Amino acid sequence: MKKLDRKQMAARVARDIPEGAYVNLGIGLPTLVADFLPKGREIILHSENGILGVGPKPAPGMEDDDLMNAGKEPVTLLTGGAYFHHADSFAMIRGRHLDFAILGAFQVSVAGDLANWHTGGADAIPAVGGAMDLAVGAKKVLVMMEHLTKNGESKIVERCSYPLTGARCVDRIYTDLAVIDVKADGLHVVDMVEGLDFQELQRLSGVPLKKLATAA
Amino acid sequence: MINKFVASPEAALADVPDGATVMIHGFGNAGMPSALINALIAQGARELTIVNNNAGNADTGLAALIAAKRVRKILCSFPRQSDSWHFDKAYRAGEIELELVPQGTLAERIRAAGAGIGAFYTPTAFGTKLAEGKETRRIGDRDYVLEYPIHADYALIKADCADRWGNLTYRMSARNFGPIMAAAAKISVVQVRETVELGELDPEHIVTPGIFVKRVVRVAAPVRKAA
Repeated sequence: MKKLDRKQMAARVARDIPEGAYVNLGIGLPTLVADFLPKGREIILHSENGILGVGPKPAPGMEDDDLMNAGKEPVTLLTGGAYFHHADSFAMIRGRHLDFAILGAFQVSVAGDLANWHTGGADAIPAVGGAMDLAVGAKKVLVMMEHLTKNGESKIVERCSYPLTGARCVDRIYTDLAVIDVKADGLHVVDMVEGLDFQELQRLSGVPLKKLATAA
Repeated sequence: MINKFVASPEAALADVPDGATVMIHGFGNAGMPSALINALIAQGARELTIVNNNAGNADTGLAALIAAKRVRKILCSFPRQSDSWHFDKAYRAGEIELELVPQGTLAERIRAAGAGIGAFYTPTAFGTKLAEGKETRRIGDRDYVLEYPIHADYALIKADCADRWGNLTYRMSARNFGPIMAAAAKISVVQVRETVELGELDPEHIVTPGIFVKRVVRVAAPVRKAA
């Protein structure tokens, strides 16, 4: 089997974002999705700090301190883009106006609970940002993460051991091994990487998975 | 004649008492009112409660205020960053109290204060550590957490242009918390790049009407890279 690298994961997610979608990309791995959105589709990226129509990174020397994304990286504004204040920005999020939030995660549970903000470690300084708002607010919450921890443990778990960001909020999980839908009756495998069979994915995941009729 | 222009950042902040709650606008450096923060450090008020999205970056602005040990408590959504060392040190030493608030709840609590709302129910953080001990309620098919407004004595804001009535425009994503903090504080103090004559701002483009603004100081902008 061949695991997807970070760029391949981003490309796999990007393929599923339809024309006309309003999308918020979380910091880190999800940010990469922007680079792989199909060129022919108009997809509008939202940033928590008050931008709709986030464009690509500016050319070197063209950065503007007043135009940053939520990760505080310099960005540009697409033609047709708009600026607004923070309360409006989160009204868009909480008010169910965003079609997709694409978020990183430490763990996702079989029920769709998401843990991505805090390890719970005694020495860790907690920081939450907009993650909890996105988790409850977006019409669909897509998670991108490696399937296994560095120690080989599944990040898809029966119950999250890390503090929750949101309960029962995840709709779909994209990992370096598979695409998995979270449904009321459990986890449905939509897609697997080449050379991986369902039994092996099941063994690695450690939680019950269902095989979609269309999956290999 | 109404004239909200004040001669200097120092004059604009001379009356901030110890123990005040001060909102500081900005998301990272975008919108951060550095000249006003520097004036607040020089002014010397202590035991401040600060409201900001972050807890300071590197060694300037809010980070410098924390390093100067003027901050008793901070309300923010994202304190931990690669360059938040002054906050990290004060927090680990137990010198600063942290109230961690999800970013949308922070924005709405600030908005609620300015809008005269007593409290509100939000779905954000339900079932998480950040809702522990808070009143909750099921409305329809969703669970909500009761949240209260955040009022402030002062708000320090950076805007782009202002007239003498205190009408404001902002620039790009530097708008962020400015409009809602201006409304939430008793005394909103704004540093602007440019002051203009009354009537020069297009009424259709004014983002913060002057009713929310008490004092305006023009601060020459640092030379900006070509945009």
